[in-house]
Formats: sequence, structure tokens, C-alpha cells
Amino acid sequence: MNDRTPLKVTTSDHDGARVLHPQGEIGYQEAPEFRTFVRAAFDAKPRAVVVDLGGVAYMGTPGVATLVEGLQISKRVGIPLVVAAMNDRVRAIFEIARLHTVFKIAASVDEAVKP
Amino acid sequence: MTSHAKPDPAPPPDLRLELVSDPVYLCGVRELVVHTARRLGYTEKDASQIALAVDEALVNVIRHGYDRCCDGRIWLSISPQRSTGGEVEALHIVIEDEARQVDPCQIKGRSLDEIRPGGLGVHIIRQVMDEVCYSKREGCGMKLAMKKKRVVSGEPVPTGDCGPRHE
Repeated sequence: MNDRTPLKVTTSDHDGARVLHPQGEIGYQEAPEFRTFVRAAFDAKPRAVVVDLGGVAYMGTPGVATLVEGLQISKRVGIPLVVAAMNDRVRAIFEIARLHTVFKIAASVDEAVKP
Repeated sequence: MTSHAKPDPAPPPDLRLELVSDPVYLCGVRELVVHTARRLGYTEKDASQIALAVDEALVNVIRHGYDRCCDGRIWLSISPQRSTGGEVEALHIVIEDEARQVDPCQIKGRSLDEIRPGGLGVHIIRQVMDEVCYSKREGCGMKLAMKKKRVVSGEPVPTGDCGPRHE
């Protein structure tokens, strides 16, 4: 992780699903690092990719764009992408951008990783 | 680009921040804006969205105005509009730069019907703020003036625990 950015991303696996746990903020400066993790998650060819947004205190449009890019990869390679545990702040930007109807959204990671 | 252009001189804002167009400072500016808006009585949701709008505007200046060069100048001004009773009614935020000038009419958010990465910043700003006005600065650069009204929720405006204000 780049120490200059307020973002830390960890990963975990749940029954074949790859879960990303970004912690911190995903703005313009942090989005490239986040994108690296999203792409790597699909490269691992899991059953599904889940992005746990529970630890994301802030997300700007660069973060949203990274998830939209993930959605495009998801459709291309046939691996579902699920975003989980959104807080109100993150949900707000999805709603403003009208993306809340485009993504598969789960209330929790447990719900998201269910086969 | 003229290196000695100054922000509009009047009226003087309550808060003025000058920064370079380096993304490393975006996080700090977001913190400044969200905390300031909270202290001025905005709800958590509104304070977060004001910070979001400012962040998106600064990102646009850095990306499109300065083409990601990190040494451009940006000025952020914040001024609360108060009622005669001193209550904050609205927040005026101005962002100025010395970047490439564009026709304000050409600054539009893209259609949301198209699902693709990028191009959402202007749409977010217009959705979040009550008034948004782009203009060319005299000489060089652009000016973005935004206004966000404060919705009174019935809760008291937080004041007083930062000590006396020295006028």
C-alpha cells in the first residue's frame, strides 16, 4: 500500500468467492490502487467477486468508476460482481449516479457470498 | 498560464485556502469542508455531499484543467450566508484556478443512461448543490461558484464549544 493514500485493501476468500475489503477513502488519488485489486480479483477467476464497502468512509466518482469498470469486466468474463455493506454516504453517490439499480447490492458480506 | 493571477478580491470569504493541483491534498480538503459544514449546522448527509461536490470539482480542475500537472494553483473560498439572526442559511463555495479556459456552456454532465466509467463529476456537483455556475476568470482560468442551502431539521445549530470568535 502506498503510505500517502488513506486506503488499505485486504482480500479474503469465502467458498470460492473473492472478497475485497477496502478500508478508508476511495477518491481520485486512491482509485488507481483500488482498481489494481479489483482487476486482480477477477484475474484469480473466483466464483464471484464481492466488494465489501463497509469500511469505506468516502467514495468519489473515481471509486464509482472503478466499480463500473469492474462491472464491465464481470459481464465480459461471466463472474458476478456484488457490492456489499454500503453505508449511507456511499449509497448516496450510487443513487445520485443512478447506479444503485445497475449493481447487485447485498446488505452484508455473508449475504453476498452465498452461492 | 499567468502565474500571478489572484482570486477575485471581493467580497472576502470567511475561509480561503490556496493549494496546488496535487491530488495528495484532496483528502485534507474533504476533511476541512465536511467539518466546516458540520460546524455551520449542516446535517451529516449534507456536509458529506458538500465535501463530495468540492472534491469532484477539484478533481475536474486537476484532471481536465491542469491535465494532471501538480503545480497549478487552486483557490477554495467558503462563505456562509447568514440571516439577520445569525443563522447560517446557505454556504457559498468558490473554486478558482489558472487552468485552461473552456466555454462554460460546454461543461455538462454526461447522460446517466450510459453505464460507463467516468464523466460523473459534473452531474454529481449539479445534483448535490442548489446553485452551480461556471465562468471564465478575467485573464486566465475558470471560476466555479456553488451554493448549498441549509435545511433546518429542527435540531439546534451546533455553536459555542470552540471558544470565543475574535472579530
